[in-house]
Amino acid sequence: MNQQRRSVLKYSAVFGLMASAGLISTVQAQEWNKAAFEGKGLDDVFKILGAGSPDKSAAVTLNAPDIAENGAVVPVGITTTAKAEQMAILVEKNPSALAAQFFIPAGTDAFVTTRIKMGQTSNVYGLVKADGKWLMTVKEVKVTLGGCGG
Amino acid sequence: MADPMRVRAAENGGTVDVKILMKHDMESGQRKDAAGKTIPAWFISTINVKANGKDVFNGQFGPAVSKDPFLNFKYKGAKGDKIAVTWNDNKGDKRTDEATVS
Repeated sequence: MNQQRRSVLKYSAVFGLMASAGLISTVQAQEWNKAAFEGKGLDDVFKILGAGSPDKSAAVTLNAPDIAENGAVVPVGITTTAKAEQMAILVEKNPSALAAQFFIPAGTDAFVTTRIKMGQTSNVYGLVKADGKWLMTVKEVKVTLGGCGG
Repeated sequence: MADPMRVRAAENGGTVDVKILMKHDMESGQRKDAAGKTIPAWFISTINVKANGKDVFNGQFGPAVSKDPFLNFKYKGAKGDKIAVTWNDNKGDKRTDEATVS
């Protein structure tokens, strides 16, 4: 094997190790977190995200309707007064609890809105990571027509 | 390649409000077709937004995000900023669209 291929292999191995050790956070932000999105229950996902048992906090606001007529398109937003670096939306009763997560660089507001699918009436969790600590808030969203296409 | 996204970015008081509407089926992998076979999951997995070449937002979606994903966020910026939105999906498809902050 020639010298160039050897060093490419060596560097990618080191890089891979560093990324898995969490040393390179931009790589983390770009790599889709398969484990988190495949986590089934809330506690599973909390653990995979490193959130453990997040504290309920009034600093986090979840904007979501009380009743979603169409479970296929439920507008959900998270906003917080905390200095968020990461935010996540979880739906307790969905087949996979994690719907989406966001990474907020410096200079970007701790605010995001998107639309998600909900299979049935469920608690929706807004998670925020600020200063290394995970905070959360929860709201029940009633769904009249399930959104997973059943 | 996929259909273009709609990107709207408007600056007000030093904050740019960015609204993006992506075009994507976002199959959850839960549905079955007429023959009873499960339609495989096909969804946008990562989103990156840059303003003038610098990251202003990174997102990861799962299959539970609605069809034609909508995203709204805000960052500190100025009129004339060049916004570039890139998404990748779980089949390896990707798309970038650009807009200028008005």
